[in-house]
Amino acid sequence: MDFTLNDEQLMFAETARTLFADSCTPDHWRKMMEAGVARDDARWAGIVETGLTLVLLPEAAGGIGLAETDFALIAQEAGYVALPEPLVESAGVAAPLLAALAPDHAILTDPTATIAIAHPANPFVANADSAAAILLEKDGETFLATPDQVTLTAQPSIDPFRRLFSVAWDAADATALGKGDWDLALDRAALFSAAQALGLAQRAVDLAVDYAKERQQFGKPIGSYQAVKHHLASAQTAIEFAKPVVAAAAAEIGAQDVQSRARVSHAKIVALEAADKAARASIQVHGAMGYSWEVDVHLFLKRTVALTQTWGTPAFHRARIAARMFDQPMGPDQTFARETKNG
Amino acid sequence: MDLTYTPQQQAFRAEVRAWLAANVPAAPLEHFDATREGFEAHRQWEKTLKSGDWGMVTWPTEYGGRGLDLIQWLIFEEEYYRAGAPGRVNQNGIFLLGPTLIEFGTHEQKQRFLPKMASGEEIWAQAWSEPQAGSDLAGVRATCVQDGDDYVLNGHKIWSSRAVFADWAFGLFRTPGTERHKGLSLIFFPLDAPGVTVNAIKKINGHIGFAEIFLEDVRVPAFNRLGDEGQGWHICMATAGFERGLMLRSPARYQVAAAKLADLWTAHGNSADPALEADVVRAHMNADAYALNIYQTASRLIAGAKIGPEASTNKIFWSEMDIHLTQTALAILGPLAELTHDAPDAAPVDWIDDYIFALAGPIYAGSNEIQRNIIAERMLGLPR
Ligand SMILES: Cc1cc2nc3c(=O)[nH]c(=O)nc-3n(C[C@H](O)[C@H](O)[C@H](O)COP(=O)(O)OP(=O)(O)OC[C@H]3O[C@@H](n4cnc5c(N)ncnc54)[C@H](O)[C@@H]3O)c2cc1C
Repeated sequence: MDFTLNDEQLMFAETARTLFADSCTPDHWRKMMEAGVARDDARWAGIVETGLTLVLLPEAAGGIGLAETDFALIAQEAGYVALPEPLVESAGVAAPLLAALAPDHAILTDPTATIAIAHPANPFVANADSAAAILLEKDGETFLATPDQVTLTAQPSIDPFRRLFSVAWDAADATALGKGDWDLALDRAALFSAAQALGLAQRAVDLAVDYAKERQQFGKPIGSYQAVKHHLASAQTAIEFAKPVVAAAAAEIGAQDVQSRARVSHAKIVALEAADKAARASIQVHGAMGYSWEVDVHLFLKRTVALTQTWGTPAFHRARIAARMFDQPMGPDQTFARETKNG
Repeated sequence: MDLTYTPQQQAFRAEVRAWLAANVPAAPLEHFDATREGFEAHRQWEKTLKSGDWGMVTWPTEYGGRGLDLIQWLIFEEEYYRAGAPGRVNQNGIFLLGPTLIEFGTHEQKQRFLPKMASGEEIWAQAWSEPQAGSDLAGVRATCVQDGDDYVLNGHKIWSSRAVFADWAFGLFRTPGTERHKGLSLIFFPLDAPGVTVNAIKKINGHIGFAEIFLEDVRVPAFNRLGDEGQGWHICMATAGFERGLMLRSPARYQVAAAKLADLWTAHGNSADPALEADVVRAHMNADAYALNIYQTASRLIAGAKIGPEASTNKIFWSEMDIHLTQTALAILGPLAELTHDAPDAAPVDWIDDYIFALAGPIYAGSNEIQRNIIAERMLGLPR
């Protein structure tokens, strides 16, 4: 039993942090928003160059073959900067699903390609227009199509960097790949949404802390007032108690049993609740500034709204936790215990 | 990261489980805050624990422990709560003062105090609060004056848990003429020493769970001072770190409660508001998150880290979790909620008493308002 991260695990997260800190600032977002684009080719090239898209991909498919724990840390960094590009969905969810079915597929050898995924859990597909291909599911079978082989109808999202589409398609126009583990894809997506949420939450708090130290009212920084402090302390407490749940979910996801699914669901619920609490506290602490387009907090709020309701709603995830509670033994010796029956 | 138990850890769990199965009293003991008999029955249980060498498993063997690490401590606590073993009457000693003594005490002090603490022979109370110094602990007025090899203590302490029946207290005292955090010392005194008067105070459940203590020219040897004179604040903050961060509330307590709540829902859910299921699930999530957080902290401490201001987030989390959990139980019980345990129709678990107890959580061990101030100022760096 050792619930700590080792240096190797922290290395890619550090790489991502440095890369994003330089290349994904509010200035960058704003230029992209003005231009109406959701992908910055220079940044994506940087992401590809540093190997972040290869972390979770198995070695058989040309990847680095690390585990969800490693990728979750990268997802957290992506959340911290509200990364516009679909690194998490593409490299964390879609590419591993494709690689499990077709490790030699040409798309996997093109590191600049992003892959979108039309999961039955979601009504809309994110970033389908800029993807090199879209993974689709029908009657348990997996298909792959390029955006021009399907009909995309834009469904604008409040988050300017999530371009959503309804997808109409015909199996005859797509490539059949076989069964595919769509349940694992959902678990990964939920887990990495949770990890992103930790980043979103911490950024919202950090922005508010910076502002509260500077902004003066009644002759003092507003951060010296207790009501302001307590908003942020409560948000930080929520973050602190979501972190280990996300870490445990990442470590256990491979078990693919009632316990691991409940843990992933738990992580998704509490991390996004923490992000919601943090974003709303941050807006409140910023006052009217916080409600303005000018201040960046709204982007973190919008990403939080999106991720909360996608990849399984809170009700869906709560039901999976209830299933673990009422089907499996509970109690203090069960924290890391595994079920015997798999359901 | 490895979230599985080693074979040694599993063997340890089996050993604890077997010993508890053979030794935990069949009938629950009377509460240690209710009567002297209840208190003494718990002391007897502490002696039984010690006979199996389970007094305080993390302490070094030479001081009455087993020299185990914090993960093993968590396993021990899990089995302890799972077995429904009696509450630890000496928790102020073993969980708060003990770790502090190990960090700051001399070898002689450890030898003198720890083994008797681990065996329940000497049961401890914490004498920090005063009528004028609650949240503002740096305002304590009780004094210590060195006189030869002794200290002479004077002052008025209050809210001291279990001091009515306990044997010793660890108090915070001021060298006369000093101000605020400077000039405070942590000094031990026997509660039956000449000049000590202990008056019971009833808690809202009617138990004489805490007391006020008057000290009038109480003499104790200077040996009873932990750390240097004037170092008391620093040492007390370390104790508070254990209290908030880890030891005072091990996760198993809430995991047992969450499991009981799930049972309650299974038994009564059909007559209760269906929306309450979300709260039952939430209670499990909270208890699980708390356990994971503590495992993570324990792993970090084993790897050499120190407890920091993030300990304050624990205090907030467990106290608010406890209220949510017990309130959910009351909501499921509906009209049965208000019944005391001796009512003919009372539920098998005394949820109302647990709820009343939970209400103290946000007050003691530093109020949650104070914890939020600490998080904001020391974790987030906001100005004072
Ligand atoms: C069940 C129980 C057991 C206890 N056991 C012990 C014990 O064994 N030993 C011991 O020494 N003490 C013990 N205490 C005392 C406990 O530590 C104090 O009650 C606590 O520190 C609060 O102090 P106070 O009661 O004087 O409240 P006050 O300090 O008067 O506070 C009253 C209210 O004002 C708020 N407040 C005060 N200052 C601030 C501030 N700066 N910012 C925001 N809000 C503020 C508090 O949060 C609280 O809500 C116990 C208390 C309880 C309830």
